[in-house]
Amino acid sequence: MFNISKKDAITFLLFSIVVLTMPIWLAPLGASYPGLLQKFAIYALLAVGYNILFGLTGYLSFGHAAFLGVGSYAAVWSFKLLSMNPVLALVFAMVFSGIFALAIGFVSLRRSGIYFSILTLAFAQMSYKLAYSVLSPITHGENGLQLTLQDPRAIDLMFIERGSSLPVSSFFGIPMNGYAGFYFCAIILLIGFFIAQKITSSPFGMMLKGIKSNEDRMNYTGFNTKPYMLTAFVISGMYAGIAGGLLSITDPLAGAERMQWTASGELVLMTILGGVGTLVGPVIGAWIIKYFENIFSAWNESVLHGFFSFLPDNIESFVVLISSKFVGEGWHLTLGLMFVLVVVFLPGGIMEGVRRISAMFKKNNDAEKEVIDPDNIPKSTSGKGE
Amino acid sequence: MVKAVNNTVLHVADVHKTFGGLHALADVDLAIEEGKTHAIIGPNGAGKSTLLNVIVGKLAPTRGTVVLDGEVLTGKSPYEINQMGVARVFQTPEIFPELSVFDNVMAPAFAKRDGSFKMNMFKSIESEKAIADAAEEIIVDFGLDAMINTHAGALSRGHKRRLELAMCLIQKPRILLLDEPTAGMSRHDTNTTIELLKKIKLSGMTKVIIEHDMHVVFSLADKVSVLAQGRIIAEGTSDEVRANPKVQEAYLGEAQE
Amino acid sequence: MDAFFLQVLNGLDKGGAYALIALGLTLVFGTLGVVNFAHGALFMIGAFCAVTFRKIITLQQVALSETELSPWGTPLEIHTPYAQMWFGDFGKVLIDYSVPFSLLLAIPVMLFIGIAMERGLIKHFYKRPHAEQILVTFGLAIVLQEIVKTFFGANPNPQPIPQAFQGAADLGVLVGMAQHTITYPIWRLVYLLFSLGVIAAVFAFLRFTTFGLVVRAGMNDRETVSMLGINIDKRFTIMFGIAAIVAGLAGVMYTPILPPDYTLGMDFLVLSFIVVVVGGMGSLPGAVLAGFTLGVVQSLASMTVVKDIIPGIDQIIIYLVAVIILLVRPRGLFGKRGVMEN
Ligand SMILES: Nc1ncnc2c1ncn2[C@@H]1O[C@H](COP(=O)(O)OP(=O)(O)O)[C@@H](O)[C@H]1O
Ligand SMILES: [Mg+2]
Repeated sequence: MFNISKKDAITFLLFSIVVLTMPIWLAPLGASYPGLLQKFAIYALLAVGYNILFGLTGYLSFGHAAFLGVGSYAAVWSFKLLSMNPVLALVFAMVFSGIFALAIGFVSLRRSGIYFSILTLAFAQMSYKLAYSVLSPITHGENGLQLTLQDPRAIDLMFIERGSSLPVSSFFGIPMNGYAGFYFCAIILLIGFFIAQKITSSPFGMMLKGIKSNEDRMNYTGFNTKPYMLTAFVISGMYAGIAGGLLSITDPLAGAERMQWTASGELVLMTILGGVGTLVGPVIGAWIIKYFENIFSAWNESVLHGFFSFLPDNIESFVVLISSKFVGEGWHLTLGLMFVLVVVFLPGGIMEGVRRISAMFKKNNDAEKEVIDPDNIPKSTSGKGE
Repeated sequence: MVKAVNNTVLHVADVHKTFGGLHALADVDLAIEEGKTHAIIGPNGAGKSTLLNVIVGKLAPTRGTVVLDGEVLTGKSPYEINQMGVARVFQTPEIFPELSVFDNVMAPAFAKRDGSFKMNMFKSIESEKAIADAAEEIIVDFGLDAMINTHAGALSRGHKRRLELAMCLIQKPRILLLDEPTAGMSRHDTNTTIELLKKIKLSGMTKVIIEHDMHVVFSLADKVSVLAQGRIIAEGTSDEVRANPKVQEAYLGEAQE
Repeated sequence: MDAFFLQVLNGLDKGGAYALIALGLTLVFGTLGVVNFAHGALFMIGAFCAVTFRKIITLQQVALSETELSPWGTPLEIHTPYAQMWFGDFGKVLIDYSVPFSLLLAIPVMLFIGIAMERGLIKHFYKRPHAEQILVTFGLAIVLQEIVKTFFGANPNPQPIPQAFQGAADLGVLVGMAQHTITYPIWRLVYLLFSLGVIAAVFAFLRFTTFGLVVRAGMNDRETVSMLGINIDKRFTIMFGIAAIVAGLAGVMYTPILPPDYTLGMDFLVLSFIVVVVGGMGSLPGAVLAGFTLGVVQSLASMTVVKDIIPGIDQIIIYLVAVIILLVRPRGLFGKRGVMEN
């Protein structure tokens, strides 16, 4: 269960270090406040899970926002009815999103290609519309589901008195807001990343890649692809549900807009931007998009003036005028442009860029080697070239 | 019309297949015998690939059944038919282009064991020693060891086909179906493939081989059936078929090819 | 029963908009094989052609009156649109009919945008996987949407209905019912007729011109047509422009019904995709039929009687219909086998 290859172990170790030291290395980038750090961890988890479906099997789901929403609602209801314990809330989120994903996946996976995408989109939109209208008793519609002083909280109230202010989710007395909340999310992210690594390097993961590569061949090779696909779909849905649960744990307010298709679209963007099918790529994609969304969108002209103050005055104001269209309110424009450029020039996302650059260095090194040692025609290494 | 004999492995019983008004297969009755190499020849568009499609469950026959070892295949889905022991090499190689050659061969081996479904998501591939060894062995056997870590999509056409053959053989199928395994190959590649197929023949595996190239057919087949316009017009040993005037007539139209 | 007819009518104009967008989507998909997620943005740009046209046409000269005073005691400002100053009564008509007149602006603008889009970006994606086409056009849609937002802001821009078409028509009377049983806003009627006209024009163009003949042949079998030495790519580019025009015109005429803002495109896009898929990917009649059907179905589902029986049905009916059709008829109403399955 815990044995992984050396390469995976190194990746995991480095990844853990990067995640756990985020409060430090994000400080110079102005992104080291708990609210944003929590989002980084949560959306990274969401993207890692989404990649298990889209990255490994190639099935493009436009419905994952629904699972995110279900997870959020389930977690808040667990707070309201039972306890402010975050672990219990996550179990709730996982179970409900899992059941939901099972139902939607069962139906949607009867079709493939764009038909699958449209089916998932339709289900997610239905969930969103219903959450806003007839399901208001459960979702509290436009106001969003939140905690109240009168909540039953059956388990908690057996042990403690009802307080006079709204409780916060806490884990053995540690409140889940602020940096503690971030570290809680970060640890869940690391667990999720580890599991994704395991899945990717398992025979199961290989089947999923086979489905992406040539689904027909899988069938003629004796694979019943349906249960494999459904399992991948449910796992991926549960990741989304847990991410939704974490959103509620760090901020117990769940709204229907989390289920809208634009939220699914954003998730697709993250995965593509970072690199579909790689483990780290989607995480990077999620971070970049969340960074833009939170930091870029807060920039305004005075920030830009500060930034470009080294330029001569009239050039400065021109540059600021142009660049102001791309930040603040206009950050979506940057996002869209970035997205187009990545798909056009780097279909494999940022990870492909990294690979290309490192390949370039490798080539240079190899070339040097050959000069130094011309007899060493790489016979034995040719098989393990990549 | 049933002419299955005792040692029949696969019996195609009276199969019809129509596409709209076109009779792609009509009254096709074939008995494939245990351990034999059975060749099916015929001009282009005769219905040879369609016949294989019916056997592997890609197409449902309009009428008739296919029986393997007394079990009806018709109506089952492709993966079930494969699990019952039918493996196929396609006319244009069907492999996993994005996966490495090694993984291409591993996948069918996993399929043989866990094809129906198994939650083996926390095992690592490295821990599957037995399967990995078998895969490596067959890759070496097929002379693909130099490219074991290459993406299969980057292989030459000849290598792709050899890979596909390896993917089928690692499953140790009850019966192997080959759709024009030498089509589009150079003379040299064709000869290598013939040698490979002869080697397989020694192992006693039952094979159905569809061929255009007479040279291949006559050096391999124990029995030959000739398909023309969806019907079997002749059947027998290589020599018998060669001498049959009906066969010569069917091929005459193609003589220029 | 009357209420039923009224709802059917109400659904038809929306259905017309769906049908027009879906028609363009299908044209692009059928000719170029590209799944264009930026098509909704074209609809939105069309709508903003109307907004722009009106802005230009109503530019005003401000003069101070020499005799009259405003209630605050300052000289009264007299606003006179330049159009009126220069063209007199025609200028007034121009302003009143700004929406229909902006069709004339929309045609060249949309053609240009469409062709630029195809030549500049989309042509590089013919051979790329559908997922990548979806992604790049989705990115493009965001860009277009944001550009519009920079120029026009985030608020809706209401457009007036020309004076002559304001109010409602009493359709019931025409078929012998009592007065006021079926009244229907005239502009919606206009929209319905307009969309039918555009649809008919597109079909006629494809059926009766040599250009259309070649394009249809190319949709069936691109290779063969290119082998005949016909430059099919160029024609397909023009078809992309035409699809953009159709979307743009649909957008222009819809502005009095729904004041456009920059998100208009995305809202319609999702629904139009559902329409296309329900109609059957790549089928033009399918797209039109599904557009009107879904418009009407949606309208019927929002009747109180229906909502009382199944609460919330009006919210989800389109998606529900899409799911059912895709499960029962995997390729939609008129879809061909094997299209877009991978
Ligand atoms: N899926 C299909 N739909 C319609 N016609 C088909 C289909 N598959 C094969 N055919 C037709 O059936 C005939 C036999 O084809 P095939 O079996 O591929 O011939 P071959 O003997 O060359 O392998 C041909 O005329 C072909 O056009
Ligand atoms: Mg064939």
